[in-house]
Amino acid sequence: METFITIIAGVLFTIGTYLILSKGLVRIILGLSLFTHGVHMLLMAVNGLKKGGAPLLGEGTDVYTDPLPQALILTSIVISFALTAFSLVLGYRTYVELGTDDLEQLKGDPNE
Amino acid sequence: MSWLHLAVLTPFLFTLVVPLLNKNIRRIHTGWFVLAVPLLLFIYFLGHFPLDPTMAPVIHSIPWIPSLDIHFTLYLDGLALLLLLIITGIGTLVVLYSIYYMSMEREALHNFYVYLLLFMGAMLGIVLSDNLLVLYVFWETTSVSSFLLIAYWYQRSRSRYGAQKSMLITVSGGFSMLFGFILLYTMTGTFSVRELIGMSGQIAEHALFIPAMLLILLGAFTKSAQFPFHIWLPDAMEAPTPISAYLHSATMVKAGVYLVARLTPIFGGSMEWFWIITIFGVITLFWGSFMAIRQNDLKALLAYSTISQLGLIMSLLGIGSAALNANFSDQAILFSGATLAAVFHLFNHSIFKGCLFMVIGILDHETGTRDIRKLGGLMSIMPISFTLTVIGGLSMAGLPPFSGFLSKEMFFTGMLTAARNMDQWVMLLPVVAWIASVLTFVYCLILVFKTFTGKFQPERLDKAPHEAPIGMLISPGVLAVLVIVFFFFPNLLSLSLLEPAMHSIMPNLLAPGERFDVHISAFHGFNTELLMTFGIILLGTTLYVYLKRWSGIYDTLPRKYTLNNAYDGGLTGLERMSLKFTSTYMTGFLHNYLSYIFVVMICLTAGTLLSQGAFTIDLSTNSSIEWFEFVLGISVIIAAVFMVFSRSRMTSIIAVGSIGYMVSLFFVIFRAPDLALTQLVVETITTALFLLCFYYLPKMKKELTRLRFKLSNLLISLGVGITLTLIGLSVQGHNLFESISRYFENSYELAGAKNIVNSLLVDFRAFDTMLEIVVLFAAGIGVYNLIKLRENRRNN
Repeated sequence: METFITIIAGVLFTIGTYLILSKGLVRIILGLSLFTHGVHMLLMAVNGLKKGGAPLLGEGTDVYTDPLPQALILTSIVISFALTAFSLVLGYRTYVELGTDDLEQLKGDPNE
Repeated sequence: MSWLHLAVLTPFLFTLVVPLLNKNIRRIHTGWFVLAVPLLLFIYFLGHFPLDPTMAPVIHSIPWIPSLDIHFTLYLDGLALLLLLIITGIGTLVVLYSIYYMSMEREALHNFYVYLLLFMGAMLGIVLSDNLLVLYVFWETTSVSSFLLIAYWYQRSRSRYGAQKSMLITVSGGFSMLFGFILLYTMTGTFSVRELIGMSGQIAEHALFIPAMLLILLGAFTKSAQFPFHIWLPDAMEAPTPISAYLHSATMVKAGVYLVARLTPIFGGSMEWFWIITIFGVITLFWGSFMAIRQNDLKALLAYSTISQLGLIMSLLGIGSAALNANFSDQAILFSGATLAAVFHLFNHSIFKGCLFMVIGILDHETGTRDIRKLGGLMSIMPISFTLTVIGGLSMAGLPPFSGFLSKEMFFTGMLTAARNMDQWVMLLPVVAWIASVLTFVYCLILVFKTFTGKFQPERLDKAPHEAPIGMLISPGVLAVLVIVFFFFPNLLSLSLLEPAMHSIMPNLLAPGERFDVHISAFHGFNTELLMTFGIILLGTTLYVYLKRWSGIYDTLPRKYTLNNAYDGGLTGLERMSLKFTSTYMTGFLHNYLSYIFVVMICLTAGTLLSQGAFTIDLSTNSSIEWFEFVLGISVIIAAVFMVFSRSRMTSIIAVGSIGYMVSLFFVIFRAPDLALTQLVVETITTALFLLCFYYLPKMKKELTRLRFKLSNLLISLGVGITLTLIGLSVQGHNLFESISRYFENSYELAGAKNIVNSLLVDFRAFDTMLEIVVLFAAGIGVYNLIKLRENRRNN
């Protein structure tokens, strides 16, 4: 299971990278989203899966899944959501102001 | 804090007052106030005048950064005193001269005098510092103040060019010198020159001896305009003439010479030191005198002559250092004569070169030009200037009855000593030196006679020339008088100043209590040196008379391959190269930067881990996979792959959303209820956001790109994916230590919470949560501003 999840994360990383390397702003933002999903999956997988019950006390199990990566991922989800929201609005504003989302045309001056 | 420290700091302190004086007292020339500083310092240093050459030096120390062994230690001995008197004495005369030279109405005098005082203080600091790092600080201060002074008329592009050139060359030399000092420190553990001299034997055996020596010499050579670093000096002539007289003839260019003399006791015993300094000195001597003849601008001529004379002093210091070499211990006293000649000529050169520069300044002031081709026949119009030029020029040429004659004779003596006591081919040294002296004689004649005799050409001059005001003539007059006085009474100087200086340069040559019995006399019989001088006069006069016939030689030199062109070409080449270099990789296209980042990441992480053999995959700890989990995983992969090929915005957004929901399903499988919940909500909002922007976002164009672009992207992304997957797989099954999570199972006892993840977020690791709230808040404000600001602009 861990291997399988890690490979899925790897696929998400690969495709996320591929999208980030493309020229359109939308694709880049989508690639970022894929990247975050991959990271979260990997964070879960490296700590071992299905080791026990959900980390809730008094549910009748003695062995719990590791709660620490879950806390980390929860933080990470929120932060990447903020990032995605901001970059989406930024992309939209860029397009409205400059009339293009092609990064080739968003190069700026040659002397910057 | 002693009087000596105060003396060094006085010019710096006075710089604070100068602008106020210049601003508030408009009727009196600021120079009069400044004049007091060098004059008082001169009188103060005269008070140290030693009558006994073996006297103990004056040492005062205050700690500056004791933890780094940097003490502001001042050390006044014979060599330092000689230079101090030159700096303050000529400084006084230069300030006096500048009062008449610099106009009160037209010039920014406060700048001028502030830079000048900065320079003066820094120069005093160089000469007095015992601590090498403090010396370096003052050394760079002279570089900076020299830069400011050369660019004093900053509205002229030539001034700026000259200032930049001198700055680049001297500062790079100074920087290498700093490295040399640090190497010395690593060898001995001290920065103090006196302590280093005591350890000279230990230094000579060290492996870093030669690198340290070369680096320090690079600093000395760049400052003292030795070949091939001399090119900045002719361009530094864009400075006002008092500055050229002071900095670029009498003081700053002597700093390198001073450093070589000061460090001779440390390095002087080695043959490398002897050869490098002597050979570079002789080349500089010859090249400077050869190039001086060609110049049409009087100041450029004097600049090249300064270069040549500095080479002369340098080569004498080189020969003198042989006295410290064990191979020549029998002739040590003979060789030390060369050092005496160097010190004497250093003094002489400061005097006559300062005088000549001031006279040229007068000419420039009164006729409006410095071009030799326009000047001529001024002898009867400016008799006093003519007299001063003759005195200075002939002293430079080395004729009696001027002090230059004495040091020139001693120079030949030193060269001949070297030739007689060494290998056969050292015979070349006196020969080259003699030829250079002939050329020196020729340009001195050019300087004196082309300017003042011949045809008077008033139509080519901007002003009607007349004799300068008396105030301007005082300073060069004083120097000219000194030139003659020291010819007739050289022992005034030698017993009181030169001998102590010799003791500083060669402290261990004599037994304690002994003295160099220096007696300079104008005439000591008919010997080789005198014959050489006669030869110079004969050949030099002939060459001068037939100047027109042989000056064609300069046109045979390729104009393309001068050192200046090498410097300019090097500078523009560097700029071009770096521009080219940056423009190749700084494309401005985000894709390229991301590619670099990813490729470096792959190379670094994968490379390191491969070389360490860290990729060990252990699948034994894996848990089982149910069929629905397998289906879920495969559908995540399918949705992701679908995104690469999808060309419509809508399907891409839906694919991303579906991946998000599947991830939250995975969280359910992984027994993470909070995560699943959050992921579900966040994914919903994100999708909604995507759809909100959907209306405005552009259609995804089919990316018409070359195959190479796609292929490289594919390779990079595969590299990233494989690297991260391998890391993820290797990490599993390598639990180096027990997880700390057992502790959090006490969350009910410690925090009263049954949900461990929540207690982690708000109790155990609440800081993370607080800052993540801040992140959300910041993003919200950012989004709001991005949208709102446009509306404001539209309303305006």
